[in-house]
Parts: sequence; structure tokens; C-alpha cells
Amino acid sequence: MTIVSGGIIIVGIGELFATTSPTKLQALGLGSCVGVALYDPIAKVGGLAHVMMPESNGSSNELRGKYADTAVANLLSDMQKLAARKENIVAKLVGGASMFSLSHDVFRIGEKNVIAAKKSLNDLGIRILAEDVGGSVGRTMLLHTDTGEVEVRYVNRESRKI
Amino acid sequence: MVINKFDSNDIDILTEIGNIGAGNAATALSEILQGRVDMSVPKVGILKFKELINELNGPENIIVAILVEVSGDLDGFILFALETECALTLLRLVGMEYGKDVFSLSELEMSTLTEITNILTGTYLTAVCDLTGLAINATVPSFAIDMAGAILNVPISFYGRVGDSVLLIETQFKSGDDLVIGRFMLIPDVSSYKTLLKSLRNGEK
Repeated sequence: MTIVSGGIIIVGIGELFATTSPTKLQALGLGSCVGVALYDPIAKVGGLAHVMMPESNGSSNELRGKYADTAVANLLSDMQKLAARKENIVAKLVGGASMFSLSHDVFRIGEKNVIAAKKSLNDLGIRILAEDVGGSVGRTMLLHTDTGEVEVRYVNRESRKI
Repeated sequence: MVINKFDSNDIDILTEIGNIGAGNAATALSEILQGRVDMSVPKVGILKFKELINELNGPENIIVAILVEVSGDLDGFILFALETECALTLLRLVGMEYGKDVFSLSELEMSTLTEITNILTGTYLTAVCDLTGLAINATVPSFAIDMAGAILNVPISFYGRVGDSVLLIETQFKSGDDLVIGRFMLIPDVSSYKTLLKSLRNGEK
């Protein structure tokens, strides 16, 4: 986690962070990684996980946002400590691209990350409001914790808000 | 398996691998450009994922990248990364016009760039094979222009299964004042770096 100017916290690869409004949360250069943004519009609490891989298979890691299944649960618990309520929380997903078209299984990791993140959210009963996933394009995302809006930037096309 | 610290002899061997690979690629580039190409002393280290991304000037830095997956006696990845302005310089040096940026290249310019980087990557790999005597298969090189973080997600998610760090053998090179700065990153699988070390130790007798 790195704090930069303008009230933005950068959530690095495999990390996660929960915060109150108006601090913004950002994940830079998502390829196959998936940014899972959670938001409680009532408490105005936001969280972002920069997920690398689909399943922990029981292994714990110092990087609490590394695996989709444990990242979502960890992030939810951090947000609850900031007075967010699970029943109010909604989710947005960004990333999960295939940057290269090589043969190896690792090149489908983006797709698997998205599926695993969705499953974890469904299991916890968290609704997915929007997503910008797949394709073969890198993405940077910024979560505004005052509105829940997520800005998605690319290298070679117009940015968009979801 | 976790990568432990290397002794100085191991570092010397891995440095030599980076030297030979990039040295041959630099020679190939100097022939293409008909000019001198300088090369850095290879950097060898065990890096956290975040540090690996910072080697390419941060997650949002746009790079032109060629990724080759290797298998056989050595498993892992070879990434050749060029800063975008360097990719354009490269095209200019081989006598091609180019548009305002790497995203407006013509089909011919794009295929020229791909071809040059393919040659360099192939040269690197051949040199490593010759030096080590290892049988290494390589996939067809895959080409992308995007954020460094997004591109490095590929090797990172591969190594993420076994740890939170990678072994990196990095060599940079540049050409005169035009500064074609290219970086070769050899990222062997954790079980493969021992094969690499062994292949060269045996040669020492």
C-alpha cells in the first residue's frame, strides 16, 4: 500500500485496503489481475483488493489480497471494522485480461480470476453492480469512496466510468 | 520450493548467463542498426513482485514487450521490453517512417518491430542454450504494447503459485546517442535455476 498525493491510496499487487470516504483507492496496471472494489453507499466505506490468483487452496499468505477467495473475505472483514454492513455492500470488477495468446494454462489466469472473484462474491451474497473485464488490454482503476464510482483507464482508448 | 540466497559463485554464473544472452542479442542489434550497441552488467536478484514491476519503471509505464515461454531443461519466461520511444527510434534507425506514437504504427512498421524483437529474443535464447548445453524449447514469441504491470502479470501469476518473489537476470542495452534501451529479463522457474547453475558448474570441471 502506498499513499500518494490527492488522497489516493495505491493498492499494490496482491494487497488489499479498506477506507472511509473521501480517500480514493487505486490499482495500477491490471493485466490478468482483477481489481475487486467493494462499496457500502450508506456507511461510505470502500475497499479494493488487487487479486493475482483464483484460489488459495487453504494456503495463507502475507499478501492478504493475493487469492480471490480469501481476498474478498478479508476485505469484507476489514470494511466491517469500519462500520460497513455486508447487506449494503456492492461490488465492481475490473481486469482479468489475457495479455498474451500463448499456449500455457497461465495465460487463462485472467478468466479464472474473474470466475473465482464472482463465486466468492456470490457465496457471500454480495451483488455485482458493474464490471469491465476480459479482453487483452491492461487497465488502471480508481475507486471513489464518496460515490462508489470506478474510473477505468487504458493505454490506448478513452477511459470510462462504471 | 523457496528461493534461498545465492553465494557469490552462483551470482557469477547467473550473471554470465545474462551476459552471454544479451551480448549476442546486442551484436545482432548492432548488425541490424549498423552501429554500436552497449550493454550493462547484468543485474541478478530475487525480487518481490512489486519490485519486479518497478524494474520496468512502474506499473503504468507503457512498454513494447515480447514474451517467450521456455520449457524443457529450463522452465520460465524471457521478456524483452522496450520503452515506447525506443521502439520508435529503432524503427527510425532501420529507415522506417512512423506515426505519432506506437499505437499508430502501420502494419509494415508493426511487423518490422515484431521481427526485430523476435530476432533479438531468439539470439538471446540460442546463446543461453549454447553456453549451458541445455535443451530448451521456446514458444512463438508473443507481442504486446501495454502497461508494464499488466504485462508482468503473466510471469507473476505463474510464480505466484509457489511464492511471492522471482529470480531475475536482467540486462539492459543501448545504442549510441539514440538510446535504444532494451531490457532482457530472464525469469526462470524456481526449480530451473538450479538446473542452470548445475549446467555451468559441470562445465567448470
